[in-house]
Amino acid sequence: MSNTAISVSDLSKKYGERMAVSHASFEVPLGTICGFVGPNGSGKTTTMRMLLGLITPTGGTGEILGESIEHPEKYLPRVGAMIEGPAFYPAMSGSENLKYLAELGGFPTNRVQHLLDQVGLGDRSKSKYKTYSLGMKQRLGIAAALLPDPKLLMLDEPTNGLDPEGIQEVRALLRQLANDGTSVFVSSHLLSELELISDYLVMLRKGEVVFTGKMMELMVNAQPVIIAKAAHDGDLVVLLEIAQKAGHHAVIRDGALHVEGPAQWAVEFNRAAFDAGITLSQLTPQLPNLEETFFEMTGEK
Amino acid sequence: MWRVALSELRKLRRPTLFLGTMGAVIFFSALFSSLLFLLIDSPDGNSDRGRTVGREVLGLATGVVQGFSNVGGFLGIIALCVFAAQTAQEYTYGTLRNILVRQPGRMRVLVGKFIAMNLFALIMITLSGLISVSASILLAPRAKVSTELWFTGDGRQALITTFINITVSVIGFGTIGMVLGLLLRSPISAISFGVLWLLIVENLLIAVKNSLQDWLPGAQLTAIASGGAQRGFSDGIEYSHALLVGGIYVAVGALVASLLFVRRDVSN
Repeated sequence: MSNTAISVSDLSKKYGERMAVSHASFEVPLGTICGFVGPNGSGKTTTMRMLLGLITPTGGTGEILGESIEHPEKYLPRVGAMIEGPAFYPAMSGSENLKYLAELGGFPTNRVQHLLDQVGLGDRSKSKYKTYSLGMKQRLGIAAALLPDPKLLMLDEPTNGLDPEGIQEVRALLRQLANDGTSVFVSSHLLSELELISDYLVMLRKGEVVFTGKMMELMVNAQPVIIAKAAHDGDLVVLLEIAQKAGHHAVIRDGALHVEGPAQWAVEFNRAAFDAGITLSQLTPQLPNLEETFFEMTGEK
Repeated sequence: MWRVALSELRKLRRPTLFLGTMGAVIFFSALFSSLLFLLIDSPDGNSDRGRTVGREVLGLATGVVQGFSNVGGFLGIIALCVFAAQTAQEYTYGTLRNILVRQPGRMRVLVGKFIAMNLFALIMITLSGLISVSASILLAPRAKVSTELWFTGDGRQALITTFINITVSVIGFGTIGMVLGLLLRSPISAISFGVLWLLIVENLLIAVKNSLQDWLPGAQLTAIASGGAQRGFSDGIEYSHALLVGGIYVAVGALVASLLFVRRDVSN
């Protein structure tokens, strides 16, 4: 049996002259939470649609839970998905909408109330979908994705519209599902969101995969940054010169100097600033976050 | 396929749609049949397009289903609207992607939906038949129409034949609605196009050139519902001709739309 939940090779989708996804190759190990990262329009949703059999790839191959994506009927009964936001019948209640999907997929309808309770919609299950807030609609979408008791859960921007509490609940739910053995493939353009929950990452930019691997690998290899603030803002330019003379790449951003370099160099930097008569009000060595790493890798911003 | 049909019935039985449609069917079936008897002596006629159906015709064995037959074309229009809306709304609501994730067999989805909507149409036709025939039986004595032949074997035969003809016609109209829904992917566009074509464009074309009625889809399906004109009659379409031409329209439309549905990317 394959130990990958998702495996794609050279997967491409072309619309006219525009390459929406270009020769994407990556693997997602079983039982992990894999963040699918990329800015809006980078091809995340198109890739997910190809994996779910909704659109036909122009080229390449793929496997989901060991089955070819050419035969979605073989793996979709074990896959839960929410693509491009929740979509339900407005005139039907949350409960009716889920029962509709349960009947369609051949899943027991008595799971519906349990799932609605699980996503915090138990007391609004009889309300019509059109009366739901954006956050409630999102929760219903997640409940629908959980209907088949999935081995693989594919969620496209699941925290859109959720309040901070809701976001935390979704995070906890995904972690719990992963602990129970469900593989989770979750996309978001909010990199900070995925940084908190992902074990594994697939990074996409303009339809191309720019990184695939464990989150730790990415962050360990990331260039550490020292953030310095001077007591007088005018001194930042002098500090910039000191850093550059020492051979470090540095930029002034948001009233602080960001210097690429190891944490140990902070001591030397502090001494050099002191010698130049500058008082530092902040000196913090830190690893860049996922967002900064992404921009560094893709050369954006 | 049956799972799709069952789940689709859950959608079709919601009160607004089900009771709303059946209410319209009851109202118009009662109206069409009542007018036939209440306006029997009116100089403006008592049937569609100002035609007069006299006591001697209504007194025949087929008189019991005259009202039912008259409402047949209208039932077809309702079916077209319901089938078109139920199909196209999957695109406008974005629910098609949910459906295809849960049931990736696209032909199964299509056939399942078709079965469910035909069951809905069958309930609609049965209800219309009951209302029309009941109204006819109730109003015949007042209009001095003899009902003696209605309760004979020929009367029962006329009832069965009309029911089958209307069912075939309604399924044809519904299929055209579904095809429009799949092609246009918007309930408003599909219904507007279908209704405008059937009620206005076809009538205008026939008014300009009468022989066109033998080749227009709506005219064929309406002719099937009314049992068609008798062979050799100059006005009206022969039943067998209507069945053949209407069948070709429906089959070609269904084939093209099915192929598109199966092959087209779901990217909205």
